[in-house]
Amino acid sequence: MFKSIAPHRKILGAAALLASSAMLLTGCVSNAPAEAPKADATTAATAVAAGGNAEAGKKVTIGFSVPAADHGFMAAMTDLAVETAKEYPDVDLKVSEGTNDVNVQISQVETMINDKVDAIVLLPFDGAALTQVAQKAMDAGIPVINVDREFSTAQSSRVTVLGDNYGVGVSAGDFICKELDGKKDAKIGEIPGIDSLPLTQDRSRGFKDALAKCGLEVSNRVPAEFTVESGEKAASNLLQAAPHLDAIWNHDDDQGVGVMAAIKAANRDEFFMVGNGGSANMMREIQSGNSVVRATTVYPAYQAADGVRVARLVAQDKALGDLLDIEVPREIVLYAAVVTKENVEKYLPTAFES
Amino acid sequence: MSTSAKTEVKRAPLTPPRRTAMRWLLDAGLRRNMGLILALILLGAVGVFTAGDRFADSNNMMTIVRLAAVTGVVSIGATFVITIAGIDLSVGAILALSAVWASTLSGQVFAENTHWIFMVFTAMLIGTLAGLVNGILIAYGKVVAFITTLAMMAAARGLAEIISDKKTQIITVDGFLETIGGDLLGIPVIVLIFIAVSLGGWVLLNRTTFGRRTFAIGGNPEAARLAGVKVERHTMMIYALAGLCAGIGAVMLMARTTTGSATHGTGLELDVIAAVVIGGTLLTGGRGSIFGTVLGVLIFSTLTNIFTLNNLSLSVQLVAKGAIIVIAVLIQRQLAARQSRT
Repeated sequence: MFKSIAPHRKILGAAALLASSAMLLTGCVSNAPAEAPKADATTAATAVAAGGNAEAGKKVTIGFSVPAADHGFMAAMTDLAVETAKEYPDVDLKVSEGTNDVNVQISQVETMINDKVDAIVLLPFDGAALTQVAQKAMDAGIPVINVDREFSTAQSSRVTVLGDNYGVGVSAGDFICKELDGKKDAKIGEIPGIDSLPLTQDRSRGFKDALAKCGLEVSNRVPAEFTVESGEKAASNLLQAAPHLDAIWNHDDDQGVGVMAAIKAANRDEFFMVGNGGSANMMREIQSGNSVVRATTVYPAYQAADGVRVARLVAQDKALGDLLDIEVPREIVLYAAVVTKENVEKYLPTAFES
Repeated sequence: MSTSAKTEVKRAPLTPPRRTAMRWLLDAGLRRNMGLILALILLGAVGVFTAGDRFADSNNMMTIVRLAAVTGVVSIGATFVITIAGIDLSVGAILALSAVWASTLSGQVFAENTHWIFMVFTAMLIGTLAGLVNGILIAYGKVVAFITTLAMMAAARGLAEIISDKKTQIITVDGFLETIGGDLLGIPVIVLIFIAVSLGGWVLLNRTTFGRRTFAIGGNPEAARLAGVKVERHTMMIYALAGLCAGIGAVMLMARTTTGSATHGTGLELDVIAAVVIGGTLLTGGRGSIFGTVLGVLIFSTLTNIFTLNNLSLSVQLVAKGAIIVIAVLIQRQLAARQSRT
């Protein structure tokens, strides 16, 4: 619903280049990728269905702060948010660029409060560490849209937009159970991302719970840090520690590039791998059919872009068009789909390039 | 470089009447930091020019100083270390270890039942102890400071991860959060701590025997030893002092983020060294300026603020930061050369 509000684009005599890049964006942001090439035709329909939310409203200033774009997923999050803001002439997005220093990120939010912006979209490096300053913004009457990494108290944000972290773990676990088809004593490897993040812990919990349903458990677990380099290191260690594996779940498709490199270097293919995130190159691996990567779970990179759209609606006192609710919901959890060879065509246009 | 340091050390006790001595010191302090003061004024002008009232606003000024506070306090300790020609790469990791240690669940329960001040003491104690280990290894074990603190950087961060199980520990002790995280007389307490530590550091370095010995060891450790300074003990104490400052920084960051986490203070050591070096403290030792360090920290936090206000990329900021470090050091070398000629 909300995701499908294709942007109401007024490309005022823009160059062909601009038009084509906007088209690409629609492909990334919309969840109806097959229609992407004729997005203009469908725009009006979805816009009307969405209760005219796409119509320009009161001009709003939205502050935007994210961690450093040190890996493809985070870079895609930032880029898509910036692009989506450009689609709306009534949105002025103030981007405080990425930092992994909570001290600096807090000062960025303080600056937004001083500036009295209309809404803040905050993807904290560490949800708990940014909770207090988010509360300060809320107390100052500025709605905070919390994206991806949750605050320690829900009341510190007006809306939380995030992927289903527990859900991706369950999806990956269920898929592995199904593929192994009752095989007993199967060896399962897990390569999580930054272990200190609650989102990583949620993913691992979901994965463990799903595997338990078919009597399996994780036999080797080596955490990485979402980056290619850390993925390579973690996977090398994992492969070294486990001479035989049946399946691996890797929490992040960016670190997955490094994981793949390690698997190739070790010359191993007795197992299959499930990814998470939904990067274009992982989907291409799945599509090729001759890769160890058999599936990836979707953890959408357009969360921050959706966060910006939600912030606009909240700041303009609008609601989600298709719902009866006259307010924007408190929490929006994006669906954790499983991408396999069968349905990869559908998801490829939503993928991000890492 | 070291020649100017030596002339200074020699000259100071020679100036006879007390008032002129004071004035000379003030003059020297101002003149020595003139480049930095100019840079800060210039940055302020850029801020006003590009962001107008949004920059020159009392709330924004507070935002800048709050941002500077944690780095500032840790930099004061590092000024002493660098003045004796040492280096401490472990301050960020020690900060994380102190923060995590002081905010464990059992620690918080203990603090709730007794007094929140125990969290502050714990952080300061852990910081000091970690610094002391550095100091003992460097002073008595004769391990190079770079290696010792590099090892501590890895070990303290790892220990912090073990203690916290890599989880972010949320602090719920209200007394702690309200006091350290609150305001006193309209000024954030962490800013007051920054001011207090800076003043304390200035007095310690410029007005006490401890400070004179620090300069002496930095200028020429052998001469200091012959003059009766217990070089090993003093060196050990200085690294403990740097650890203490990291512990105080941990208390401040805990209040600012309401958390203790093993990721706190990642990369802090480089920010600290940069601030101390552009502040005019020589990496070769013998010369150190607390005032310069404070200016250095303020310059970097003002820079971050201006970039934030103008929505400029932090990547560009890193380039600007690099340029500022080089330019500041070049200017200071020029000024120092001119001073030693006159």
